[in-house]
Amino acid sequence: MNDLLAVLFDGVVYSSWLFLMAAGLTLIYGVMRILNIAHGSLYALGAYTAATLAGAWLEAGHAAVGTYAMLAAAALLVGAVMGPLLERGLLQWMYGKDEVVLLLITYAAFLILEDTIKLIWGVESKLLSEPYSLPGNFQIGELAFPVYNLILIAVAVVTGLAVAWALYRTRQGKLLLAVIHDREMSAALGINVDRVYLATFTVGSMLAALGGALTAPAIAVSPGIGVEVIVLSFAVVVVGGLGSLGGAALGALMVGIVRSFAVRYWPEAELFTIYFVMAMVLIARPKGLFSAPEARKI
Amino acid sequence: MTRIFRVFALTLLSALTVTSAFGQQPIKIGIVTFLSGAAAGAFGVPARNGFELIAEVLNAGKMPAPYANKGFGGNPIELVIIDEAGGPQKQVAELRNLAQRVDYVIGYISSGDCLAVAPVAEELKKLTVLFDCGTPRIFEDASYKYVFRTGPSGSMDNTALALYVLERNPKVKSIAGINQNYAWGQDSWVDFEAAMKALKPDVEVKTSQMTKLFAGQFGAEISTLLSSKAQVIHSSFWGGDLEGLILQGAPRGLFKNHIVALSAGEPAINRLGTKIPDGTIIGARGPFGPFAPDTEFNKWFKNAFQERYAVPPIYASYKATNALLGLKAAYEKAQAGGAASPNAEQVIAAFENLTFEGVGGAVKMSLGKGHQAVMDNAIGMTKNVGTSLQIINVKRYPADKVNPPEGAKSEAWIKSGFKK
Repeated sequence: MNDLLAVLFDGVVYSSWLFLMAAGLTLIYGVMRILNIAHGSLYALGAYTAATLAGAWLEAGHAAVGTYAMLAAAALLVGAVMGPLLERGLLQWMYGKDEVVLLLITYAAFLILEDTIKLIWGVESKLLSEPYSLPGNFQIGELAFPVYNLILIAVAVVTGLAVAWALYRTRQGKLLLAVIHDREMSAALGINVDRVYLATFTVGSMLAALGGALTAPAIAVSPGIGVEVIVLSFAVVVVGGLGSLGGAALGALMVGIVRSFAVRYWPEAELFTIYFVMAMVLIARPKGLFSAPEARKI
Repeated sequence: MTRIFRVFALTLLSALTVTSAFGQQPIKIGIVTFLSGAAAGAFGVPARNGFELIAEVLNAGKMPAPYANKGFGGNPIELVIIDEAGGPQKQVAELRNLAQRVDYVIGYISSGDCLAVAPVAEELKKLTVLFDCGTPRIFEDASYKYVFRTGPSGSMDNTALALYVLERNPKVKSIAGINQNYAWGQDSWVDFEAAMKALKPDVEVKTSQMTKLFAGQFGAEISTLLSSKAQVIHSSFWGGDLEGLILQGAPRGLFKNHIVALSAGEPAINRLGTKIPDGTIIGARGPFGPFAPDTEFNKWFKNAFQERYAVPPIYASYKATNALLGLKAAYEKAQAGGAASPNAEQVIAAFENLTFEGVGGAVKMSLGKGHQAVMDNAIGMTKNVGTSLQIINVKRYPADKVNPPEGAKSEAWIKSGFKK
């Protein structure tokens, strides 16, 4: 029983990480119809900035507990700087073009950002293990798990609920939903679509950076970490349905838990599981679990 | 007009002075190593640093004996460095371009790249020295005239590791593995498992985790390894994956409750220091880094590297240096045979079956019809002393004990119980 619980817990931890990434990606796609490949770079930037800020914090002799604030600051900083920079500086000139063109443009941005990261931080990995080991461990049966994993789950749940609340319970969120349903009609009714785009891209970027910042303490932050992430979060978003926040949450849970069971009971199939889940869902629902029906425009 | 003539004459004179200072045209050597991507920080750049340091010192004629001759036999050498990132297909195309610009090629860290470029180097008739990749398949599945490898193959890493584990823990009954799911990780696990079973037939494999390369997060895998209760955990992880496994595994007791053996763990010593728990068994893919013999030549190399780059050399730096020294030794042996400017064929003839002094000890080109190097190997164990990590209980294994005989395939040799 404890074994099963441990496997489930590992799955939920992985799902939380996946969700933070996928939420931003699906939000941006839902509103802007852009499959943002540069999302992976924003994740990497979040991780590098977190490692740098928290490292500087520790070097200055401050209490290690403050590193958590540095992780949050890194996510906000990267989102607030890179979101507007990419959206205003690059993407706004491309609206109206084919989705494939936009995808290629974000891919170009991804490549540029990867080299920028290399230019700023070099190729050596950055380490920031204090926030990971600081809160200690807890036990599930005989197995020790870091309390940090609970923090990751809590942040993912709170972030998901906050984004859902902002989308469905606030005026700005409802304006955003209106843009998702019909951009032209929203613009005709006086909604400032440009501002909605800017806000969405900035929030999406912050979510990517938050994912990176929270992962930084557990990994060696090194060149190329954004590549893997974009592939995985894309798979999750496709499973959930492009543009659906609830879909991203369910997709992340499905992928995370199935993967965790595979690692434990059928390790040979682990690499295959994510794509297996994706294939099964797409066979049953070609547009993902929660894709909204699209009205035919004449 | 007279002024223009004077300037022209001065320019011409200075150009001639520079040319005569070098004496001859430089020998151009193409260097292929990771300059971007996840392997750049882990191996690529430390290797490039090794190449650059040695080329500079050789050109200045400041290398200790037996390499005191300037450059290659008096000729300056010039490095043309390109990035290994991009995968085997890209590397094949890059090699075709590079081969037209250089006299020799030294390179390749990835086993996939080595397997792809070796036949192309042969087709192009370009003397190519592989310096780091580990797969034994290069010379066990094919035969090359123009390709050499001055780094030992990966088989000896895991053979020595298994010997060490069992010498120190003869009662081991179960093992598990966590390796990256590509040629390097798969071959490493196959060799380690086979070596353990050959040495102790009743050993049981509890689980073999094959993770995606650069996955970075191993929560579920660590849970599985902890639950497996295997006594020994083997890993050939490198780079960010290796550091991630240590950072995530140590707080959860992975290194406390199990004997963890890291076949390529040496680069993590400098990176993580005392974060690596006591008693972790570590290899360096040869007698490199803290496992290098305490010779004057090795001391000189370590000091020169540390002085220039402010970090100690890791095994990739050692292997890069050995490749350059091996090529120099072959070139100068060909010169000593009577060819003032030896051609590729003459250098190849001199290179085959050559034994030369490398940093880390003697390098013998004794396998693969004289094209594949063997070296001694050494394995040790970590111990935190104050604020520094030390390697203790170092055991050396002679090259012929941990490498197959000429003509034998590594896997079959290990499974046969290391029969010579």
